[in-house]
Amino acid sequence: MSNEPLLQSRRNALKCLAYGGAGTLFALSGGVLTPFDLAIAATDKSGRGKVGVPLFVQISDTHIGFSKDANPDVSGTLARIIDLVNGMSEQPALIIHTGDITHLSKPAEFDVAQQLLSRLRVTELHTVPGEHDTADPAVTEYFSRFGKASGNKGYYSFDHSGVHFIALVNVLQFKPGGLGTLGPDQLAWLADDLKGRSSSTPIVVFAHMPLWSIYEPWGWGTGDADQLTPHLRRFGSVTVLNGHIHQIVQKVEGNMTFHTARSTAYPQPAPGDGPGPGPLKLPADQLPKALGITSAMTVKQSLALTDTAIT
Amino acid sequence: MGSRILRTLLTVAGASTLWLFLAHNPSSAASPESAQIVIRDFMFQPMSLTVKAGSTVTWTNADDEPHAVVSDANVFRSGAIDTNETFSFKFETPGTYHFSCSLHPRMVGTVVVQ
Repeated sequence: MSNEPLLQSRRNALKCLAYGGAGTLFALSGGVLTPFDLAIAATDKSGRGKVGVPLFVQISDTHIGFSKDANPDVSGTLARIIDLVNGMSEQPALIIHTGDITHLSKPAEFDVAQQLLSRLRVTELHTVPGEHDTADPAVTEYFSRFGKASGNKGYYSFDHSGVHFIALVNVLQFKPGGLGTLGPDQLAWLADDLKGRSSSTPIVVFAHMPLWSIYEPWGWGTGDADQLTPHLRRFGSVTVLNGHIHQIVQKVEGNMTFHTARSTAYPQPAPGDGPGPGPLKLPADQLPKALGITSAMTVKQSLALTDTAIT
Repeated sequence: MGSRILRTLLTVAGASTLWLFLAHNPSSAASPESAQIVIRDFMFQPMSLTVKAGSTVTWTNADDEPHAVVSDANVFRSGAIDTNETFSFKFETPGTYHFSCSLHPRMVGTVVVQ
């Protein structure tokens, strides 16, 4: 275990270093989730030894099929991300994709996304759908490809390396005029899923839309997410991950850390900046920076995240 | 009598022409039997629309972001409408039809069919 004071407390169980806007890498060290910098993983062996074995990479909002000015080559940026992950000196155990795999739920878009993701050396891929993946009139494309894990319900759980992972879906039961919804069936399933589990089990919850209200006028939240808290509160380490808003926002409440990942495709405006959450078009030389693949960006964001993670 | 038959024939012809016109130009706003809703800046414009039974309403997406029109009562569901694409639905039955965007559920609108 490192002497790094930030790693000493289970209350500080999860920190994360946002890497490059492309993936956020978490590592398991001494039984708790601790930060790990993908850039270090690729180049710095002493850094790797300090934080332990990488557990998973979160990729989000790949939006395959998007071709507007904000990023005409989303397949290219995803391919670069995959190369970076594959180049890590030590491979994570699994990959989590937190939705909006495609832009328009078209079969051809899913095909391209699956072909690209199949290039990952890490073959264990867990997904949840985003609303862009369930926009086909019959809502069948996502589930015909990724529905097996959940029996076509969208939500499921699994264990890996002593961590309990819970995949939730909050894009299927929109109430008009409202936010994302989990719904009573899913909440009842979650209560049952957690029943009898040791409170010392690290929990990772992931969904597409934020599981707390970030900006309601743009629908950046989940209306009944507060009903998760009673089930999760007793666990010593709870990490709640999502995508959807194409930028990093984090908050910590007790033992629960909430974190939104960036997109691999294009940025979106800060909450309330402009008429709506459309693609944010930046000058060409700014886009890679917004996707965060410069080291300066990584350092800056890791510091910011570390600050907010200390309770 | 003769002029009444003629008038009836003209009306039928007019209706047929209109029907053909609608069938081939569902996005036209030229006829009172078709209506337009533009999606711009994450809003349905207009948000509320009143049409006669049998009218066709066409949604056109003018945003850089896809939208999807879904009726609250599941009467119609568009699938993703990308930039400059349209979706049309013919309202046969009078009533009030609330709808939203399934990608951005705070976007809501209403079609009243008389």
